[in-house]
Amino acid sequence: MSHDHHDHHHDNELDPFAARVKALETILTEKGLIDPAAIDTIVETYEHKVGPRNGARVVAKAWVDPDFAEWLARDATAAIASLGYTGRQGEHMQAVFNAPDTHNLIVCTLCSCYPWTVLGVPPVWYKAPPYRSQAVINPRGVLAEFGLVLPEETRIRVWDSTAELRYMVVPMRPVETEGLSENELAKLVTRDSMIGTGLPLRPGSLGPGALWPPAADPGAAT
Amino acid sequence: MNGPHDLGGQMGFGPVAPETDEPVFHADWERRALGITLATGAFGAWNIDESRHARESLHPATYYSASYYEIWIRALETLLERHGFVSADELAAGHKIWPGVKPKRVLHASDVAAVLARGGPCNREVEAAPKFGAGDRVRTINEHPHGHTRLPRYARGKTGVIESVREGFVFPDTNAQGKGEAPQHVYTVSFDGRELWGQGGDPALTVSIDAWESYLEPA
Repeated sequence: MSHDHHDHHHDNELDPFAARVKALETILTEKGLIDPAAIDTIVETYEHKVGPRNGARVVAKAWVDPDFAEWLARDATAAIASLGYTGRQGEHMQAVFNAPDTHNLIVCTLCSCYPWTVLGVPPVWYKAPPYRSQAVINPRGVLAEFGLVLPEETRIRVWDSTAELRYMVVPMRPVETEGLSENELAKLVTRDSMIGTGLPLRPGSLGPGALWPPAADPGAAT
Repeated sequence: MNGPHDLGGQMGFGPVAPETDEPVFHADWERRALGITLATGAFGAWNIDESRHARESLHPATYYSASYYEIWIRALETLLERHGFVSADELAAGHKIWPGVKPKRVLHASDVAAVLARGGPCNREVEAAPKFGAGDRVRTINEHPHGHTRLPRYARGKTGVIESVREGFVFPDTNAQGKGEAPQHVYTVSFDGRELWGQGGDPALTVSIDAWESYLEPA
């Protein structure tokens, strides 16, 4: 669908669909089938607690700790769990590592499979037809839209998440980061660099909005 | 099924158009849609495969004109009706009319953290040894089932290489229809770009899918 069309579906309270969801929540609440406070807690979790800061910490640790990187490559589920990130849509994790000759890209052509435990809930574009249709046939075109142009000889390795494995990309550590701490390195790791549609930030290029809604990100200030 | 969801390689949808500094939600109803979907999933009345099949069974015109949370809610209404929790007249009225079926479990706020942290692992023991090993050449089957499947159309009848042998996992094709988990080994199978897309394909492209064993034949 066109970009215009897509924008239209960023919706607001006047949208009739808002009334439809409200009606459904009302029915389910009246029947005792849902606890509205549970809904609030779920929303709070994915809006403010679980997001790409988690994945950034995983990547930064892999950059500074070769043993952890090896564990992450061999058993990502366990290595990631050791940092406290477990659960829904991260039950079976696989980390894929960029290399000088290979760039990894994650997609779910069939729905919206995404590693929630390390990246949070997916952005709209990840779930929408343009990305899902093009990532497997024209990944270089997709990457160019994100401002990422790779040499023709760089192999693009696309992982279509068709089963219950959830993938995250471990980008290469940027140059000129030798003196940085793990926490400082984590700030360079963007969400898109862990999907494969971007690269980590370079030191000195840290700007607002690099990751996730920065104001909502409890890890951003630390 | 060959539904609107099976998007790999389709053309004409326009640019990806990533949004700068995208918020987690674009409207309050999206927050509620996510929460309601997860909370009703906790009933245990349907599984993730039936849920996915409900979404991909939407009419293509509806699917392509809906935002993602709208797809979720439309499919959820179908599931709630199918399993007797909510009726069409209630959805039209926006209020409870009938008692309806009671679920095995209602998710309360105090349980949310534990339920989310536990997730829903889909790996299962499979007694038989894996039929394929890493490095084996395989061909994907070329079947077009009416029900749910996770073998995308662009990767049917294609020759690739087993890159990884995974654990046993619940088989979506049966599980979506309530015909049992029937777990099978899963394999990561990689394909050259030109095997999938012909001579016009990117010569430096490799695409993998995760395929259940019955999707594969020796090549």
